[in-house]
Amino acid sequence: MIAMSTMLNGVLLGGLYALYGLGLSLTFGIMRTVNLAHGDIIVLATYLALITTQVLGLTPLMSLAVLVPVMFCIGYGLQRLILNRTLKDGMMPAVIITFGLSFVIQNGLLLGFSADRQVLRQGAIETMGVTLAPGVTIGVFPILTLAVLLVMIFALQAFMGRTLLGRAFRATSDDPATAELMGIDGKRIYGLAMGLSFAIIAVTGVVMGIRSNFSPFDGPARLIFAFEVIIIGGMGSIYGVLAGGLILGIAQTIGGAINPTFFQLAGHLVTLGILVVRPSGLFPETIERD
Amino acid sequence: MAESQIATPRPYARTSSAALPLGALAVILAALITLPFWATGYTQRSVLEFLYFLALAQAWNLMAGYAGMMSIGQQAFVGIGAYGLVVMAEDLGINPFLTVPLAAILAVILAVPVSWLLFRLKGAYFAVATWVIAETVRLTVNANIDWLGGGRGRTVRSLGQFDRHLREDLGYWVALALAIIAVFGVFFLLRSKTGLALQAIRDTENGARSVGVETRRTKRIVYLFAAAIAGATGALIYIVQINVRPDAAFSINWAAYVIFIVVIGGIGTIEGPILGTLVFFFLRDMLADLEAWSMLIFGLIAIMMMLFAPKGLWGLLNTHRPVLLFRTARRLPERFAPQKEGE
Repeated sequence: MIAMSTMLNGVLLGGLYALYGLGLSLTFGIMRTVNLAHGDIIVLATYLALITTQVLGLTPLMSLAVLVPVMFCIGYGLQRLILNRTLKDGMMPAVIITFGLSFVIQNGLLLGFSADRQVLRQGAIETMGVTLAPGVTIGVFPILTLAVLLVMIFALQAFMGRTLLGRAFRATSDDPATAELMGIDGKRIYGLAMGLSFAIIAVTGVVMGIRSNFSPFDGPARLIFAFEVIIIGGMGSIYGVLAGGLILGIAQTIGGAINPTFFQLAGHLVTLGILVVRPSGLFPETIERD
Repeated sequence: MAESQIATPRPYARTSSAALPLGALAVILAALITLPFWATGYTQRSVLEFLYFLALAQAWNLMAGYAGMMSIGQQAFVGIGAYGLVVMAEDLGINPFLTVPLAAILAVILAVPVSWLLFRLKGAYFAVATWVIAETVRLTVNANIDWLGGGRGRTVRSLGQFDRHLREDLGYWVALALAIIAVFGVFFLLRSKTGLALQAIRDTENGARSVGVETRRTKRIVYLFAAAIAGATGALIYIVQINVRPDAAFSINWAAYVIFIVVIGGIGTIEGPILGTLVFFFLRDMLADLEAWSMLIFGLIAIMMMLFAPKGLWGLLNTHRPVLLFRTARRLPERFAPQKEGE
């Protein structure tokens, strides 16, 4: 029973981690640079949801109707106005800019909202649970998270695989110079990819805020989980994100079941183990590029 | 004569001969060495902090600016140095000041297997993996080893044997030695054959490999050097601070401050990190009362520098007339100089 409940909890936690990784995987796979502010942007989205619920009186899930387009625009603007300016100098400028942005967001949130932990209130669904067997109860909201994740993964996979714009995304990921020759505007593609990533982050942020409380400095931990999901799953692979999330979630809950202090450590060790055995992850889809 | 010179070409071009402005250097060094005798305690502590940040910045700059290894995980070695101090001084009874070089050796020993893992990774993966490794070490120390005091850490009690002034002065001189080793270590490394390889890697890694530069070996030398500096710095920092806690010793702020310093000063030069450390300390002093604002402002400065002055303040100073304090650039031998018209 305990083993089963540990596995189930791992899978449900993994659903949240896969959400963290999904937005990052998209930009990582296409631009090949790391967004070191990814975790802080998730937390920023959660705070934006908090403001939206307070000002407009919406529930957190309904606030997504406002939040998703707003976040898309912020992401598109960030890429086109700031990050695209430094593309020719390799990945270092983008890494440093997003590293700086991470500190701006953390401390901006601290100044605006204080260090107190906050929570998004969605109502009864937060605490509802389903008892599968005596001693095995799982939450309804984590199951909903997993469902949201699966819908987004299938939608993203269909978008990348079947639409013209999705093909342009993949072409730019494989070889930006040749894609450019075929008439694809790489900078616009990068902007749209970052916008899409931010729209996914909006959903992630709201889900995170309903599941647990949050504070301005929670970003880096979210970022590291998101990275681990991608490292395990393989760069550029959308289904890999699902696999990476589940493996990380299960590794952490098993570690935590052995000894509470092994919780995060188990996830890090599995990640490093994957890097030793398969440096490009379990299901890499991107082409090696310098 | 001319023919014999051509027959035995030098393998690489020499760096220019007047390498350093020796007079100015002597004055600065003399002032720094004698500082504990004439400065206030506050100044001495500030300069000490300046010196170890300078050492960390030089090492990170060599790694990121020359060898293209974007690490955000040097805090792993700072923390290892700090705990090296605790174990060696408290459990093995070694003189705390002697643990500084030993911590450097410890960091190098641990950096060798880490480099096997890291050097299979490129670009963004490398950066992320350095951080994951640092977090792994932090969590291991934090939670699982009672001997190291868990989350509460441990105190270096054996430092009590020294009189406070003696401890501060000795700590200061160790910091000075460390900064000198870092700055001149980088300087002489860059003037050596390895330095030529490094500057080729900085300009184009694939190009360097295609003309026979052993890029992996060169990068490993740099990585181990940076680990040694970070390890020694870690031991030194906690000789001054006495209490070693995992959250502080393995804090990502060690990486963050150093990145701000190098970005402000100018990446890929020796002068940049020196200027950057000076500016960083000046700004930090000015912003000291603003707490959260100060980190926000440092973040903004890093973004602005990358957008508008990617070569840093040193690069801005150097746009019109090159000021070269540390000459590490190569000159083309005359026989390779561009041919003049009519020759």
